[in-house]
Amino acid sequence: MGLGTYDFALAIGGEAGQGIATPGDILARIIVRRGLHLCTYNAYQSIIRGGHIFLTMRISDAEVQNHGDQLDLLLCLNQDTMDRHQRLMGPGSRIVYNSDAINPSSEDKGADLCGLPVGELAQSRNRLVQNTVAMGAVASLMGIDFSVLEESLALRFQRQGQEMVDQNTTVARAGFDYTQEHYRPFDQSPPVGEKPLAFWSGNDALAMGGAAAGVKFYAAYPMSPASGVLHWMANNARNLGIMVRQVEDEIAVANMVVGAAHAGTRSLCATSGGGFALMTEAVGAAAMMEIPVVFINVQRAGPSTGVPTKTEQGDLWQVLGASQGDFERIIVTPLDSLDAFNTMPEVFNLTDKYQCPAIVISDLYISEGRFSVDPDKINLHPNIDRGALITESSTTDGYLRYKDTESGISPRAIPGIEGYVHVVATDEHDEDSTLISDEFTNPHKRRMMVEKRARKFEAVIHDIAPPVLAGPAEADVTLVGWGSTNGMIVEAAAALNAAGISTNHLQIKWMVPFHGEQIMDVLSKAKRTIIVENNYSGQFARYLRSETGFAADGHIRKYDGEPFMPHHIVDGVKAHIGGTTTKYVPYQEVTV
Amino acid sequence: MATTAINLTPRDFKGKSDPDWCPGCGDFGVLNALQRAVAGLGFRPHEILAVSGIGCSSNLPGYFNAYGMHTLHGRSLAMATGAKMANHELKVIVTGGDGDGYGIGGNHFTHTARRNTDLTYIVMNNQIYGLTTGQVSPTSSLGMTTKSTPFGSVEQPINPITSAIMNGATFVARAYSGDVRHLTDLIQQGINHKGFSIIDVFSPCVTFNLVNNHDFFKERVRKLEDDGHDTADWKTACEKAMLFGDTIYTGVFFEKERATLEQAEPVLREGGPLATRELGLDNEQAQKIIDRMM
Repeated sequence: MGLGTYDFALAIGGEAGQGIATPGDILARIIVRRGLHLCTYNAYQSIIRGGHIFLTMRISDAEVQNHGDQLDLLLCLNQDTMDRHQRLMGPGSRIVYNSDAINPSSEDKGADLCGLPVGELAQSRNRLVQNTVAMGAVASLMGIDFSVLEESLALRFQRQGQEMVDQNTTVARAGFDYTQEHYRPFDQSPPVGEKPLAFWSGNDALAMGGAAAGVKFYAAYPMSPASGVLHWMANNARNLGIMVRQVEDEIAVANMVVGAAHAGTRSLCATSGGGFALMTEAVGAAAMMEIPVVFINVQRAGPSTGVPTKTEQGDLWQVLGASQGDFERIIVTPLDSLDAFNTMPEVFNLTDKYQCPAIVISDLYISEGRFSVDPDKINLHPNIDRGALITESSTTDGYLRYKDTESGISPRAIPGIEGYVHVVATDEHDEDSTLISDEFTNPHKRRMMVEKRARKFEAVIHDIAPPVLAGPAEADVTLVGWGSTNGMIVEAAAALNAAGISTNHLQIKWMVPFHGEQIMDVLSKAKRTIIVENNYSGQFARYLRSETGFAADGHIRKYDGEPFMPHHIVDGVKAHIGGTTTKYVPYQEVTV
Repeated sequence: MATTAINLTPRDFKGKSDPDWCPGCGDFGVLNALQRAVAGLGFRPHEILAVSGIGCSSNLPGYFNAYGMHTLHGRSLAMATGAKMANHELKVIVTGGDGDGYGIGGNHFTHTARRNTDLTYIVMNNQIYGLTTGQVSPTSSLGMTTKSTPFGSVEQPINPITSAIMNGATFVARAYSGDVRHLTDLIQQGINHKGFSIIDVFSPCVTFNLVNNHDFFKERVRKLEDDGHDTADWKTACEKAMLFGDTIYTGVFFEKERATLEQAEPVLREGGPLATRELGLDNEQAQKIIDRMM
């Protein structure tokens, strides 16, 4: 169930190369310009041509952070889409398709079939033209004025010349008129919101957050689903004066980022789990040399190459244990795209203050999903605090890079300035950076340095916000999730409350440091705690237990590569209450 | 380059600790030559960043009075590239061994050469893994017996000189650490060269490589310049670099002018070091970002 008065979902299905992105993009722009919210989820495969692509777009007058439970409109660009999805389209829904080329399947569940004789309408052999005809049909069914579509087509195709604009407008008009004449539109047409909204992907948000935080060096090796961060950075490098480099491998990426950060820039890299595996030695190097760096790990379904285009929350323990040795790192898992954006400057301030590595965990769902966002909520001028950083020359002697201070934080001088010449080392070192690893070892100094680095971390917890319980303080069910599942759980909790099952919800964002005390304040009073996560083994459930000793009453886990839909969680809670299970694994109805 | 008239001596570049290398180790000659080279060029310690990996020779930054990064095994070139990008006004010198640079760090070696980043890379090549007590290295000769190849190495050694030339390095030289004067000159040339300069230095391990020792090189090394060599001729350079018999050439094999990464990259070309630029976005930049999203 949606949270707005208008809640509409449509999907466009076809194969790679059929140009699904174009109608998806045009429609998305119409929606956000109208001031409506949207969430899109694109199910696709690692293939350039062929396969099955299925773009779901949910539209509402309230914020939407998930792609919903059901579809109102299905646009089939090929037979395969019809065959796979017609069975899920019930009464009241519409299926739009090219009736010259696509036949409805026998699995009719009551949807209105809106066939379009594309050949007759378009008078063109261009196979992409069916998309434009369909755009007209969709606008007609949804109750969007043709002038709105016309304007968007003009914007989209203006760069390719007026002829292209005219051709597309004529064809869209034909689709629009034909549909007006032959098919019944939806009862409710999209309202007009307060003001135009913007839209972005989670990867855009992460990159923008980094840019706002003052990142001046970004290195990457392409890897789905993290490449969007690289693309945003590359596109904006000139405008923002950011050095963006695609280099030989993720090992080089991570080490370059550490080197650049040491020389004084804010430095960032993003990858997925496989690339992060290669980066991990550098995470420890940053910790040992006390250099602030931020790594983004956009999770995808693993292990190994896994399912490169599918989502999962499977890297929590990888990140917790990244790099050899016993040391601390900051780990944060943003809850949605705007949160991802806001997290970046915050985490950069923390890494600068505590001179340590930080890892931001995202996943395919947030990173490749596209979401509306209120442009007024995007603060591109966040507070930038570089901590104890020395950037000016001095004549004072006796600088100790790793001075054993009370806080554990030692003022950090950047190379190139006079008066602070020093060496940083991945070997254990003394306060003045003399190695105490090879020729001289010293257990007392070793202990001092281990404690110095660890002591820094005692304060981090006071700089970050604990999770907040949403919903009624007293509830029969307490749902706990982490990171990107927030959008689905919020909606599932609302649905459960509406169905008379009182439910509250605790979403965890900061993994390290962990608000064990505050979390236990909530969970120790909870009647039935159910942990929701996108993996098989319950990575967060095990982490929570290791940090607090708390064992949840039940679990809802999904590990088929597809994200949760709200009803999966609702059904899981009901199954728990019914006593049929303590670990519910939802069935994925939509096969993509 | 030199920002002051104060003349520093090689002694001013002596680090806090004394080297822990074995007596007679070739690396002493390299450290000595490096200190002479930078003093001779008028540098001051804070103007230099020395970056190394892991291994006996990678301990060098600790013995050298300059900013230093003693990084991970094989990662010196990557860390140094990052540092150079962040502050392209720093003189960045990279040091390490053959295993560090041509083995575990081989991929970075290839790509750093092709990028032509303005780094000076000094490899102390002893054809053995010393710190791990004597295993075969990527430059060990065919047939060499080591702890990990008790029946002799069956793998062809890598040729750092031809590899560097083929991969696009723009200053490629070889030296023998026993000839400190020649090495000092080559390091100075490498530092003055704009672009990626590599100096592969035969730096004998007196403990674990009893074949390629000082006597071995003293008998064989011959300076390219003594025989007349055109450093623009990459083909002849490669032919001469392949010789590893009675004559082993040292000197500058190849040199070429080509835009460095810092010169080719607009973001660096259009301003001072990234490390000292304003961090925040200005209103115009911010508006441009928002406009693109609407």
